Amino acid sequence: MLATAVILFREVLEAALVISILLGASRDIPGRSRWVAGGIGLGLLGALIVAALATKAASFFTGDGQAMLNAVVLLCAVAMLTWHNVWMSAHGRQLAHEIKSAGAEINAGQRPVTALLLIPFAAVMREGTETILFLWAIAADGEHRFSMLLGGLAGATGGILVGMLLYRGLLRIPGRYFFTVTSWLILLLASGLAAQAAGFLNQVGVLPAWGNGIWNTSGILSQSGLPGQLLHILIGYIARPSGIEITFYLGTLMTTWLLMQTVGRGSGRAVSSV
Amino acid sequence: MTTGILQRAILILMSGLIGLSMPVLAAEVPSMTLVIHDGQFQPDKLMLPSGVKIKLIVKNQDDLPAEFESYELSREVIVPAHKDVSLYIGPLDPGSYPYFNDLNHAMTGNVVVEQSGKKAN
Repeated sequence: MLATAVILFREVLEAALVISILLGASRDIPGRSRWVAGGIGLGLLGALIVAALATKAASFFTGDGQAMLNAVVLLCAVAMLTWHNVWMSAHGRQLAHEIKSAGAEINAGQRPVTALLLIPFAAVMREGTETILFLWAIAADGEHRFSMLLGGLAGATGGILVGMLLYRGLLRIPGRYFFTVTSWLILLLASGLAAQAAGFLNQVGVLPAWGNGIWNTSGILSQSGLPGQLLHILIGYIARPSGIEITFYLGTLMTTWLLMQTVGRGSGRAVSSV
Repeated sequence: MTTGILQRAILILMSGLIGLSMPVLAAEVPSMTLVIHDGQFQPDKLMLPSGVKIKLIVKNQDDLPAEFESYELSREVIVPAHKDVSLYIGPLDPGSYPYFNDLNHAMTGNVVVEQSGKKAN
C-alpha cells in the first residue's frame, strides 16, 4: 500500500508541479483555467490510449517508439514553454496593467492558448501512461487490490497538494518580482525538459552521447532522494549528465533567454513610445 | 510577428527531429539481455567493457509492468508485462552504474564497466 502511494505521489507530483508553475505564470491571462483543464483532460485521454497501445500493439512500444514519443512530447512542451515565456515577456506587464485599469477584453487570438492547452497535455500524458499501466496491473492482479488502490489515491492526492502549495506560494510573490520569478521558473523547467528529451534521443541511438557522465554529483545530491528529485523536475538537475544533455539544456536556456530579451525589449519600447 | 518567427522555429525544430530520426543505424552494435523474472533482475550485475556502445534488451517475464530506470545512465523505459524492449547504453567509462525498477524500488542491479583499453569519450 505504501509502495503504491509513493509511486503515485512521484508520478502525479511531476505533472502537478509543471501545471502549478504554468497556472501561476499565466494568472493574468483571461480564461486560462479552461484551457489548462482541457489540456489535463486530453492528457489523461492520451495516456489511456498509449497505455492501451502498450499492451495491445507491442511493436509500437518496443522501446524505440516509446522513447521517440517521449522525446517528441517533451520537445513540444519545450517549444510551448518557450513561446509562453516570450509572449509573457512581451505582453505580461501590459496584461496585468490593463486588467487592473479597465478590464480590457483581450483578443483570444493573441493569447498563447495553444501553450496553455499543450503544456498540461504533455505533462499529464507522460506521467499518466506509466501510472495507468501500473494501476491496471494491480487492479487485475491481486488480493491486496483494495488497499493498493487506496494507497495510490492517497499518493495522488499528496502530489496534487504539493502542486497547490507551490501555486499558492507563487501567487504570494510581490508584483514587481512576479514576472522575473515565474519566467525564470519556466525557463529552467523548459531547459530541464529539453535535456530529458536529449536523453531519450540518445537512448534510441538517434543522437550521440558526447560523453557519458561529464561530471558526477550523485555523492553530494543523489537523484533518488526527494530533494534531488524535486530539483530534477523543477530545474532539470541531473547528477551524472551526458554531453548531449548539457548541450540541450544550455541551448534551450540561452535561446529562450535571448528571445525574451529581444522580443520583450522590442515591445517595451513600442509601449513606452505610444 | 512574434508568433510567426516562433512558429517557424518550431517547424524547423520538428523537421530537424524527423530528419535526425531518418537514418537507420546501420552499424552493428553488440547486444546484451537483461531478464526480469520473479521480481528480480537477472543478472543483477551486467558486466560491460568500457568505451563500447551496447544494445540492451530487457525482457519482462513477469505479470507486472516494470520501468527500467537508471539515473547514472540517464535511461528510462517502460517494459510492459511479458514484453521485450531495447535501448542503447554507452560508450561508458569504467565504474558502476546502478539501475532499478521505478515501479518497484526493491528491484535493483548494477551495470559494471571494466577497463577495456579503449577510452569511452
